[in-house]
Parts: sequence; structure tokens; C-alpha cells
Amino acid sequence: MSMDRRQFLKIAGISSILGFGASVASATHTIWEPGLKPPQVEPNPDGLIAKRWAMVVDMSKFKTDEDIKKVTTACHQTHNVPDFRNPDGTVDKKFEVKWIWEEPYERTFPGSENKFMSEHIKDMPFIVLCNHCDNPPCVRVCPTQATFKLPNGITMQDEHRCIGCRFCMAACPYGSRSFNWTDPRKAINPATENKAYPTRTKGVVEKCTFCTERLQFGKLPACVEAAPKGAMFFGDIEDPNSEVRKIVTSQLTIRRKPELGTGPAVYYVIGGSDHA
Amino acid sequence: MKLYDGGKILIGLMVFVGIATFPFYYNIGKVDSKPELKTDTPAIQAWEKQYGKKECVESKEYMRSEHMQLLNNWRDSVVRDMNRQYVSMTSGKKFNMSLQNGCLECHSNKKQFCDQCHNYMAVKPYCFDCHIQPMEKEENKS
Repeated sequence: MSMDRRQFLKIAGISSILGFGASVASATHTIWEPGLKPPQVEPNPDGLIAKRWAMVVDMSKFKTDEDIKKVTTACHQTHNVPDFRNPDGTVDKKFEVKWIWEEPYERTFPGSENKFMSEHIKDMPFIVLCNHCDNPPCVRVCPTQATFKLPNGITMQDEHRCIGCRFCMAACPYGSRSFNWTDPRKAINPATENKAYPTRTKGVVEKCTFCTERLQFGKLPACVEAAPKGAMFFGDIEDPNSEVRKIVTSQLTIRRKPELGTGPAVYYVIGGSDHA
Repeated sequence: MKLYDGGKILIGLMVFVGIATFPFYYNIGKVDSKPELKTDTPAIQAWEKQYGKKECVESKEYMRSEHMQLLNNWRDSVVRDMNRQYVSMTSGKKFNMSLQNGCLECHSNKKQFCDQCHNYMAVKPYCFDCHIQPMEKEENKS
């Protein structure tokens, strides 16, 4: 079919008008209606609630590698995170899935290192996880709304909806998201598997959920429970009496890459005073 | 009208018809065994003892025809609306909305329950690609 310029513009114009109509229709009609509404469904009465969940990590309280290992293992076992290993026992980077892990200083707070800084801090491993940003780039790019913000500030992931496009992985400036390149069950030890939590499947992206499922049953996140005393705090940053708020108000805390405007909700204390 | 190579063609046709209709002959008189669901797990028996009857989240008929929609709604409600409890329309009892920690607590016999109908209807729900199914002892199959 041949088409001259005028015909092309006519069709393009009409299509864009129709397209505009469709976008108005979708803006005035809710795309997704919940199938079950209160009072038929209700939150668990024992659940912890907050206006804005946040976490404080005091790195000075992690004395040994064991302390860090305990935290990451607790998280990964609770959530059935696969542990892919090479034949020589090292982590298989190709298939690695991580919710909480360690990074050196220069990759945790890039740009803030300097030539003369303390060797101790420079070489210290930092615990990193999803920052549950105020303005999460992963949510903005997700084409299926599989990742979305909960009203309590948690950046949640709905694996049922994930189509595995990995836009969110490209968008996340913290590398907090992992893709399941293969069936994760191959790398989950059935002996330590958490029977109360699902695994994921091949082709979906996963990340830390701030233990949404534990909060809803009145429990603190698994990492916070496993951390040494006074090393990790979790609470409502909007509540002036919460521990996290008191720490953040009373001393210097830093967040990862705040200059990007994502508004991370994980605060780091690097110095050493007690506040437990 | 003359049919060239008529014999070969006729034999070929007969063979073809025979093969094409073989599944029908093969299954004549065989009655498909109906799915048999077992609802006698320890958890269900304990429930029966406590409440005097076997009951699910909703009525048997509702569950039979609508469980897929119910489960879909549950998962949206749990993951996206942070709800955890379902109030039954039938009994008013509250249930934990969870496949692994709800449904399968009672129906701990996936092979004798879920799989029975799913296999019969040749449907393959992908629930258990992620959700961990309960450990089942290999029961003696009669």
C-alpha cells in the first residue's frame, strides 16, 4: 500500500486522537478494583502499623564478619532466597539473588570517600538492602505495577504480576533487585527452607520487602531480630517517640545516594556512641 | 470414471481413518474415573471435632466453583491492600488469607485434594511454582 504524506498525517492524527481518548478513559476509570473490600477482609489485629517505616543501621555495632553473616543468613533463610554457588564454593555471581548483603564503603556511599579517610572505615563491610525510597525509580518504571508503594512507605513487590522485564533493576540506583535467571528452588536447601513463605519462580525480580509479612503478624524484620544488640533499629520515622526517629534526630546519620532524590528510608550511623 | 491405483488409495484411506479414529475406539466403554477428594486430614478431623462439622472458608458448592476467583482476590488483598483476614460469608468466621499457611494447613493432602480435580480437568495452575506444597507421605495407591 502506498501512502502520501497527507494520508499518513491524517491517519496519525486520528490515531493520536483515539489514543488520547483512551488515556482520558483510563484516567477517569480506576484500572484496578479490589475484588474484596472491608468488611469482608481486614488487616491482622496484631499487625504493626506505621505511617512511614524506616530503618537505622549502626555499623559500629557489627564487630565481626559473623555478626553480618548472621543478619544476612537470617533474612535469606526466612525468605527462601536461593544461594547459588560455584563448584569451588564461591558465590555464583551470574545467578546470585540478594535481599541484604555487604558492600565496601566506596560502593555504599560513593563520592564521599577521600584519600585520607580512616582505613578502618574504608575497609569495613556495610550492610545494604532495599532503601524503600520515598520516590522509588523502580516503581516509576514498572510497566505492570508489580512493584508499588504501600501506604506505610514500603516498596512492595507483587511476584504474581512481575513479567520479568527487569526495568526496575536498571532503574534502581542501589542494585537492590535480583532476577531469577533459573529456578531458585535448585539453590534452596530443603532443610532450612521456610515452609511458611513462598519461593520465587524463574523469570521474576525480587528484593527486600522490609518483612511486610512479619510486620503484619506483629514481628520485627528478621534482620533486625538477628542483629547484635543496638545495631539495627526499625520503626515509624513519622512517630517522634520511635527509636529510629530519636536516633535520626539526635545524631548524624547518612543515607545512600540522597543526591538522587529517591529519599531512602535506611539511615546509617557510622560513629560509635551508644543509643540503645 | 476410473480410479488409478484405486486399491492402494483405498487401503491408504482405510489406514488413515483407522489411525485418526483410534482414540475414539480405544476409549470406548472406558468410564473416566471421577476425581475423588479426600477431606480427612488430621487438621480437618480436629476441626470437625471442635465445631461438629466439616466446613471450609465458604460453602462446598461455592468453593468448588469459585475457589480460583477467591484465591485471586485473596492474593491481591494480601499483597496490595495489606489485609490478612477473611470474614466468611457463610459462617462469619475469620480466616487467615494464605495458601501455604491457610488452605494447605487443612488440606495438607495436595495430591488427594488439589491434584485430583486439576488432573481430571487437565488444568495446571502455577500456584506451586512458588508456593511450597506440604510434604506428603507417599500413600499406598490402591
